[in-house]
Amino acid sequence: MINIKNFRKTFGSKLVHKDVSFYVREGECLGLVGGSGVGKSVILRSLIGLEKPDSGEIEIDGIQVHNLTEEEMVPLRQKVAYVFQGGALFDSMTVFENMAYPLREHFKLSDDEIQKKITDTLDELGLAGNEQNLPSQLSGGMQKRLGLARALMMNPKVILYDEPTAGLDPYNTKKIQDHILKLKKKGVTSILVTHDMPTALAVCDKMVYLLNGVVTSSVLTKDLYSNPNAEIMKFIEGDVA
Amino acid sequence: MSTYILGQWKKTYALFLFAGGIVNLSGQIIKETVRGKIYWKLLTEQIVIMGWKSLPLVIITALSTGMVMSLQYGLGLEKFGGKLYVPKLVAITILREMGPVFTALMIAARVGAGIASEIGSMTVTQQIDAIRALGTSPIKVIVIPRVLACLIALPLLVAVANLVGNAGGLYVGAAELKLDAHFYYQKVVTTVDFNDYLSGIFKTYFFALFITIPACYYGLSVKSGTKEVGQATTRAVVMSSILILVGDYFLSKLFWVLER
Ligand SMILES: Nc1ncnc2c1ncn2[C@@H]1O[C@H](COP(=O)(O)OP(=O)(O)O)[C@@H](O)[C@H]1O
Ligand SMILES: [Mg+2]
Repeated sequence: MINIKNFRKTFGSKLVHKDVSFYVREGECLGLVGGSGVGKSVILRSLIGLEKPDSGEIEIDGIQVHNLTEEEMVPLRQKVAYVFQGGALFDSMTVFENMAYPLREHFKLSDDEIQKKITDTLDELGLAGNEQNLPSQLSGGMQKRLGLARALMMNPKVILYDEPTAGLDPYNTKKIQDHILKLKKKGVTSILVTHDMPTALAVCDKMVYLLNGVVTSSVLTKDLYSNPNAEIMKFIEGDVA
Repeated sequence: MSTYILGQWKKTYALFLFAGGIVNLSGQIIKETVRGKIYWKLLTEQIVIMGWKSLPLVIITALSTGMVMSLQYGLGLEKFGGKLYVPKLVAITILREMGPVFTALMIAARVGAGIASEIGSMTVTQQIDAIRALGTSPIKVIVIPRVLACLIALPLLVAVANLVGNAGGLYVGAAELKLDAHFYYQKVVTTVDFNDYLSGIFKTYFFALFITIPACYYGLSVKSGTKEVGQATTRAVVMSSILILVGDYFLSKLFWVLER
């Protein structure tokens, strides 16, 4: 479903990714872990074409992402949702307008249908009644849930979560975690970038550990503790950055 | 010395980058305006923000310009007994130059700065990325409504400025220069021709582009940090003002050639 091969990316003289390869099968959830600044967000951004790789191949659901133009990305971006770390909510629009935006752009729905879809999703994520608020009036946890809610409007086949639980209290963490699991049950393929190991252990099928621009280890979550020498364990235990 | 050269080189490089970026952005704007839908709601919203809300500023600017011009021409020409030419001179200067240029400069300061800082902040908070990630185009939803809105609002604002400026001229003419108000009015109406008016309005379409395109470009060029937003805003206003002032000369000359 998702396949990255020999991905390389530099910013100016700074080499962020030397040679990164991994794949995710349909319906799987991959945990992408690594210290801050190793380039996890850069990988997610490249998957939906917000960054261009210097070289290497990216394929999602049969689409060769790396050689698409900005316009050709549109069908891809309707299938693949990116849940931004900071929410990236439109701060001049209400919660309702934030959610309606992708719907109005890509679907021909009546106002009633839009209203219903938004109310249902807000309900599910515990945001009911906030339709007319501005994002700045919501708490941090609610903003993150709204970011997820907006991404869900397009019924994506693939979801890329960028630290969806970072900085959240246990209640909000649990809510997001539950929702990720629920989507996974529905067959959504996903990549989860996170430092939050309990969440990663709960939802990921396998994990890939990034260090110095390469994948240093890749393990199935269920084998993690029977394979204590893995680099990834050191990261989890806090022995390496 | 070498740091000086390096500094100059960097400035030249930045200028080329700007020129390239502007050409590229303009190309995208044209491409996406020609095909694809226009966002009427966003467009009207921007027209209100740029046009309607700028009205007080434009009126004050035009009124004081008209009044002070009438006064200075009056004082200057009085010595030669040329006070009777004040209405014509004030009217033509306003219609051809002061109305369009001063209005455009004020709009560059108010609207250009607003656009650059708004888009810059949207870039920093990843809202521009979000627009792209949701399969939509920032050019279409952010840039084009602003460019079109300014193309529509600026000529209207200048039309108002022209009227108000002349009214200011008339008031000073009557109150200070002791010209008969009716005479002043008649003089303006009979000596000004339609080309004077057109020459001014013709420029405003260019000025609208000089204001909005650099503002959008600098806003979109912000990478990270609020400091860059401030710089983008300053650069947008400086660049627009220079383009307006320098462009004005060439546009006046162009119209002058066309008129003959
Ligand atoms: N647009 C950019 N320009 C320059 N450097 C960038 C850019 N985006 C990311 N980087 C650099 O790439 C590295 C990886 O960033 P990021 O992917 O955000 O890390 P993280 O793993 O914490 O998500 C960082 O050192 C960052 O400075
Ligand atoms: Mg990150």
